[in-house]
Amino acid sequence: MSDYYENYLTIFLFVLVGLGLFGAMIGVARLLQPRRQTAAKLATYECGVEAEGDWWTQQHVRYYVFALLFVVFDIEAAFIFPWATVMGSIADAWAVLVEMFVFIGILVVALAYVMRKGLLRWM
Amino acid sequence: MEFDGWTALIGTGTVVAVFVVVMLMVILAVWAERRVAAVMQTRIGPNRAGPFGLLQTIADGIKLLMKESITPRQVDRLVYELAPLLAVLPAFLALAIVPFGPGFCIGGQGTDCSGGYFVDMQIANLNVGVLWFLSMSAIGVYAALLAGWGSGSKYPLLGGVRASAQVISYEAALSLSVVPVVVAAGTLDTQGIVLAQSQYRWFLLPLFIPALFFFVAALAETNRPPFDLVEAESELVGGFHTEYSGVRFMLFFLAEYVNVVTISALFVTFFLGGWTGPYPVAGSVNWAPLFGAIWFLAKTVCIIGIFFWLRVTLPRLRYDQLMALCWKRLIPINLVYLMAVAVWVAYQATGDLPRLVGGG
Repeated sequence: MSDYYENYLTIFLFVLVGLGLFGAMIGVARLLQPRRQTAAKLATYECGVEAEGDWWTQQHVRYYVFALLFVVFDIEAAFIFPWATVMGSIADAWAVLVEMFVFIGILVVALAYVMRKGLLRWM
Repeated sequence: MEFDGWTALIGTGTVVAVFVVVMLMVILAVWAERRVAAVMQTRIGPNRAGPFGLLQTIADGIKLLMKESITPRQVDRLVYELAPLLAVLPAFLALAIVPFGPGFCIGGQGTDCSGGYFVDMQIANLNVGVLWFLSMSAIGVYAALLAGWGSGSKYPLLGGVRASAQVISYEAALSLSVVPVVVAAGTLDTQGIVLAQSQYRWFLLPLFIPALFFFVAALAETNRPPFDLVEAESELVGGFHTEYSGVRFMLFFLAEYVNVVTISALFVTFFLGGWTGPYPVAGSVNWAPLFGAIWFLAKTVCIIGIFFWLRVTLPRLRYDQLMALCWKRLIPINLVYLMAVAVWVAYQATGDLPRLVGGG
């Protein structure tokens, strides 16, 4: 087995140990904890006062805008990382550099546009 | 290298060692945070359980284990149970790529360790180490979101939505502040990043702005003060974990501190030269791995200390300030700085200025 897979095997082991730790904690707690449930205990705590109305409330649309922005910038990062890794070792580094700068430039313009439209203002 | 019993044993050994070291650090960190906060606020702090209150965290842990873990009637059972797991597991998993020291050789000969076993002082020496860390910290957002979603309660829902917006925004800032490090080191492998900083060429100085932004984004990613809007107790009761009690609450608490340890360790790896230190230089003596680990842990403890210091010092940000800081300051400045670093690296690589006409 090559080193490459061996590393992922160790990570798999790490996941298993993590899951085991989680399971052990929940299991030990289940053994140790008292279990005296009453209707008042099982009610939603919220803030200590009796909960009123539906908890499934609408959230503001501004959260959605940030989710969209995140998708743009995270995908940008996904494209930038491979470039960043090999950039210094490519013979014609300047050509690679200019290509990426065009890409980043478009994104900066996009961010400026979003800012100008006032979407980054939290009102 | 052959895969046999010894390799398996070494793998298991590193996994167990990392778990033990991190759990110890978490236990001490919780105690240290309370003591540091007490000193800064001229209080006494926990001093009853054990010498200097050192066993306070363990006492609290046992207390939480023995408390009734109530599952309220309104919760979405599956999501509610899944959230603590998704908080704890990625927090640990991100540690897999942290190099605690230089690798060493058992029973082998020469630099390539022929005939012996080479032990990496990290769980997995991945060639995509940085991406592994970023993806694990991105999974962490599910914990807050699902906890808020599944709790069937108003404040956790608000906290969960806030958390997801905050964490994904700062995720973008965090990954963009790591890119200059990757450009400068020319590798995604964390051990390679540390080696690129040997002989005191720490990235902290040339990449000071990304380092600062990484730290700010790290504070926000881990929901630590002054960015703890997710659990702002004056507005949201307890935030996304309001409806959790007993052991499940403890798991969220554990995850927060594991995240602090992880992200401090990564800050040290990316910007403070990892395990390199003034004595001894890697490979010169047999004890280099041990000293490497000591330097690494010492640096990490210093960074964790800054986390505590900021918690006591700074007031919580408003949500609009938080978002403006990320999208109007961190991300654009990071992009500009990245371009500057790239120009410098390209100049170093080619030793030449760009030829604008007829290049290539």
